[in-house]
Amino acid sequence: MIFKFASKYWHLILITVTLVAIQALISLYLPDLMSDIVDKGITKGNVDYIWKVGRTMLFVSFLSVIAAVIASYTSSVVSMGLGRDLRNAVFQKVASFSLEEMNKFSTSSLITRTTNDVIQIQQATNMILRMVIMAPVMAIGGIIMAVNKDAKLTGILAISLPVMLGGLGLIAAIVAPLFKSMQRKIDKLNLVVRERVTGIRVIRAFNKEEHEKRRFSEANLDLTKTSLWINRVSSILFPYMLIVMNFTTIAIIWFGAKQIDAGNLQVGQMMAVMQYVLQIMFSFIMISVIFIFLPRATVSARRIKEVLSIEPRVTDPANQSTTWYESLNDIKGIVEFENVTFAYPNAKEPVINNVTFKAEPGKVTAIIGATGSGKSTILNLIPRFYDVTSGSVRIDGVDVREIPFDILRKNIGYATQKPFIFTGTIKENIRFGRNWITDEMVERAADIAQVLEFASKYQEGLDYHIDQAGLNLSGGQKQRISLARAIAGIPKIYLFDDTFSALDFKTDAKIRLRLFKESKESTVIVVAQRVSTILNADQIIVLKDGEIVGIGTHSELMKTCEVYKEIVYSQLSTEEAM
Amino acid sequence: MSETAKKTVQRRPMMGPGAGGPAFARGGEKPKDFKNTTKKLLNYLKPHMIGIISVFVLTIIATILTIKAPKILGQATTEIFRVVMIRNTPLSALLKAKMDFGKIRQILLEVGLLYGIAAFLNFAQGYLMAGITQKIVKKMREDINNKLQKLPLRFYDDKSHGDIISRVTNDVDLISNTLQQSLTQFISGIITIVGITYMMLTINVKLTLLTLVTLPLSAIVTVLIAKKSQKYFSAQQKYLGQLTGITEEAYGGFAVVKAYGREKDEIDHFVKLSENLYKEGKKAQFITGIIMPVMNFIGNLGYIIVAVGGGILVTKKTITVGDVQAFIQYSRQFNQPIVQIANIVNMLQSTLAASERIFEILEEEEEIPDKPDSIELERIRGDVRLENVKFSYVPEKPLMENLSIDVKSGQMVAIVGPTGAGKTTLVNLLMRFYEIQGGSIKIDGIDIRNIKKYNLRKHFGMVLQDTWLFSGTIRENIAYGRDNATLEEIINASKMAHAHHFIMALPEGYDTVIGEDSSNISQGEKQLITIARAFLANPDILILDEATSNVDTLTEVYIQRAMKDIMKGRTSFVIAHRLSTIKNADIILVMNEGKIIEIGKHDELLAKNGFYAELYRSQFLGAMVESA
Repeated sequence: MIFKFASKYWHLILITVTLVAIQALISLYLPDLMSDIVDKGITKGNVDYIWKVGRTMLFVSFLSVIAAVIASYTSSVVSMGLGRDLRNAVFQKVASFSLEEMNKFSTSSLITRTTNDVIQIQQATNMILRMVIMAPVMAIGGIIMAVNKDAKLTGILAISLPVMLGGLGLIAAIVAPLFKSMQRKIDKLNLVVRERVTGIRVIRAFNKEEHEKRRFSEANLDLTKTSLWINRVSSILFPYMLIVMNFTTIAIIWFGAKQIDAGNLQVGQMMAVMQYVLQIMFSFIMISVIFIFLPRATVSARRIKEVLSIEPRVTDPANQSTTWYESLNDIKGIVEFENVTFAYPNAKEPVINNVTFKAEPGKVTAIIGATGSGKSTILNLIPRFYDVTSGSVRIDGVDVREIPFDILRKNIGYATQKPFIFTGTIKENIRFGRNWITDEMVERAADIAQVLEFASKYQEGLDYHIDQAGLNLSGGQKQRISLARAIAGIPKIYLFDDTFSALDFKTDAKIRLRLFKESKESTVIVVAQRVSTILNADQIIVLKDGEIVGIGTHSELMKTCEVYKEIVYSQLSTEEAM
Repeated sequence: MSETAKKTVQRRPMMGPGAGGPAFARGGEKPKDFKNTTKKLLNYLKPHMIGIISVFVLTIIATILTIKAPKILGQATTEIFRVVMIRNTPLSALLKAKMDFGKIRQILLEVGLLYGIAAFLNFAQGYLMAGITQKIVKKMREDINNKLQKLPLRFYDDKSHGDIISRVTNDVDLISNTLQQSLTQFISGIITIVGITYMMLTINVKLTLLTLVTLPLSAIVTVLIAKKSQKYFSAQQKYLGQLTGITEEAYGGFAVVKAYGREKDEIDHFVKLSENLYKEGKKAQFITGIIMPVMNFIGNLGYIIVAVGGGILVTKKTITVGDVQAFIQYSRQFNQPIVQIANIVNMLQSTLAASERIFEILEEEEEIPDKPDSIELERIRGDVRLENVKFSYVPEKPLMENLSIDVKSGQMVAIVGPTGAGKTTLVNLLMRFYEIQGGSIKIDGIDIRNIKKYNLRKHFGMVLQDTWLFSGTIRENIAYGRDNATLEEIINASKMAHAHHFIMALPEGYDTVIGEDSSNISQGEKQLITIARAFLANPDILILDEATSNVDTLTEVYIQRAMKDIMKGRTSFVIAHRLSTIKNADIILVMNEGKIIEIGKHDELLAKNGFYAELYRSQFLGAMVESA
């Protein structure tokens, strides 16, 4: 599949390949010229001839380096361009995912696929374009030229080559598992250090410093042993290669001498064969190096393909001609769930089952239940992060699957459980790219969500720049910005996913008070952990194991719903519950 | 083309091909204090001086042998050539036209021996150096290990965790690699250049001078290219960093991006950065890609000079054919040491920078050791008294001034306040993670500064909001505070913490290994395990943080009960989040912005109608909609 992307550059690839081949051929040609100098120039004492050949060599070398420079340029364009195209494709694909596809991968895996894996392919492409052509051409061409000069002498390769490759292979085979093991031990050391550093309080509180020190020492010792082995075995590599090459040279001279003595060979030819044999051996080494890197690139290619070949399930409705609204102001925001069931594609049990309720504007609907009972899922179905498996989610009587994405999302203000802050100013985070939100709207939202309260302490106020995903902000402050973001668009439907529990009680109360004054005309659906947050909701939905076990107001549920009672009592004392 | 040159570039099967170019093209960090850091680094090398010198000697000998060999080998070719030349003349029948195979054999054997010994010495040197390097690296890590134990908590709180970890692992790795390879390569590189020049001079001065023209040429080219490529490379890294950043944000905040329909904006932003990366990367790749060909070309120039010039000299009988052959071999070997030296100079800088970071840790100020006359206490009643305590993390922001509290054994102190109010400070002071700056803290009437730290901490039990468990079995984690706990004791503690039930529900029960991301156990369950751990340690004084967001409502019930149980009869300091806890406290400390602003019991504080009262009432403002 990567080839499809690469095919865009086919003409550049062709040029590169040709140029590289030219380079290889020239490098094979030079020993030939050299042998001519010896056999035809020096032996015959023909100085002019030597000059002539010398000029040819110069010209040809020059050609080679020009070819190399151009090839470097073209291969860079190809490999970097390929990288860019792949990156962009992956990012766009991921952006089109719905939550369902997103959950198939871990976030860090997706990030790696967009960045590191693409880099692997980039490097591999570059390497392929240059070495993969050069090495075989050199090897085969070298063999041809050498055999041409003297077949018998070239026969030494039959011994040298296997010895060289065999030895390398052996060393590689020994070292490879050691490398894997070393990686594990590095990870282990990493882990030990990380735990030591993050848990320092607990370690000191329980006086386990000695224990942790010992753990580290053990991991250290283990790692050192393996590293030692690897380094020692690897230090055979280089001397081994040299010895094989050098002894080959010696052998060539010996047998060469015999051949020359017998009159079958000329000196220059012998010298040329020497060069060729070395070139051939070297290109075989290059080939084996390639074989080691190719697998890594294929793994990366596969990972990228996995992402690119996914088709998202939730898509913008094809025919958006159903204008059931005249203008955005007509949307009332009545949210209805009718017999909604949702299950993940291969799951045995549904996350929510047969859920039916209606949330009306001007009223607050709260959803409460144990973790995993499906609360967030209900919220996620409304902006179509997922689509229902059966049943229907409707806004103002229209199934959400028929509402165009941008209309849908413009009318929903969604604040997530974990507040997400982007690099940028507070204002930019609240506005979040929606150009139709004015500065006044941003400030109003900041005021309601108690963002101004802490932003006013900064010199730049709302223009204060937030670093790196909000490192310099507390959890509560991030949550407030996230809320402001949801509020800023004055949406018809508010969805709050357990957004208030990160705030301290006072702030929590202040925000809710103002918020629900301002949102009298909107539908508010809140998922909550804290009972105190939802005590006065107009409608409380109690979920257990994906099913509704109670709907009503607080006092109604206290009389009729056991599950609700238990949750309430776990958080509030008896009097408070009244 | 230069086979001998190319093959000596160290290529290990498993490591990366260096992004298409030698290391020096990529640039790296530079150290802040070159001289001192080098001195400190040398200290680590000192104990192994004998070994290092032996390695140097081996390297030098091996290099010299390798340098001598080509010339001697050339003699064989010369002999062959001599015979050929003679045979070409009409007098061949008369003159000694027999190839002296004996002589040739001797030469070849001699060369073979030289190469063989050189190879063995190279291996020996690598073998020895590996041992030395690993010993040095091991010691460095151990030194850090020992130091970590002595560093005050302030160090861990101030530095980013990732930074500390990177120093212990990545930086030490870098030093290890440099020591292993670069030192010896540097030596052999210099000797090679010097030795080769010498050998060439002994053959023919004129030819040598001609060939040497290429030397400064390579050097200049290397420097020029290196400057350019480093510039492009760091630009490339910058864009890559930006690109990764935006990818992390877009993927991490996926739900938010989707919720507000921001996909197109993110894509546009990404594509723009991607284009920048393409442009810079292209340049960087191009430049690094031409280094080898250009160096090869220069090498070829040398080759041609030798071929032509040498050829002419041979016809003039100034030098022999064998000499030419040797010269060819030598001129080939020139490029490689230059590249090596450039690489090493580069690596040296980043290695020193890495060493600096490590030395920074090793030179940090240590925790104050226990006073020589510090005592140990067997059992304590749990009377805690703070008298006029003064403390602040930074002098500009005073936190506690003149704080006095008197807690009797068995009482419960609730610490309340908005987030960031400084509630953990009290914990830090009681445990002597930080030292107070004025006043005193006394336990059972004894100033805690007179008690051995480990002993003091033994009497405290801590259950914090941040549940730290290590990657071992549940059993090991619960027994963390008590080495010789029996399984029965562990299970008991676990039952008391209401954790036994869910542990038994796990497939491997107490032997379940807590995974690295601890993903097999929920947040709430982890909390229960930490409570079990505290139970087992059976402390006299308890420090609890009640914060339990992200916890299943059912598990929350268990945690609550467990906490209540563990507090029975023990002096407890609770960072309180539940009203029921606060109301039942014997003393309530109300904190705000790091200061304690109110102290008292619930009713007293309500009557005061101050900060606490407002905080308390806002609980009942828990209305979603104002009740009319």
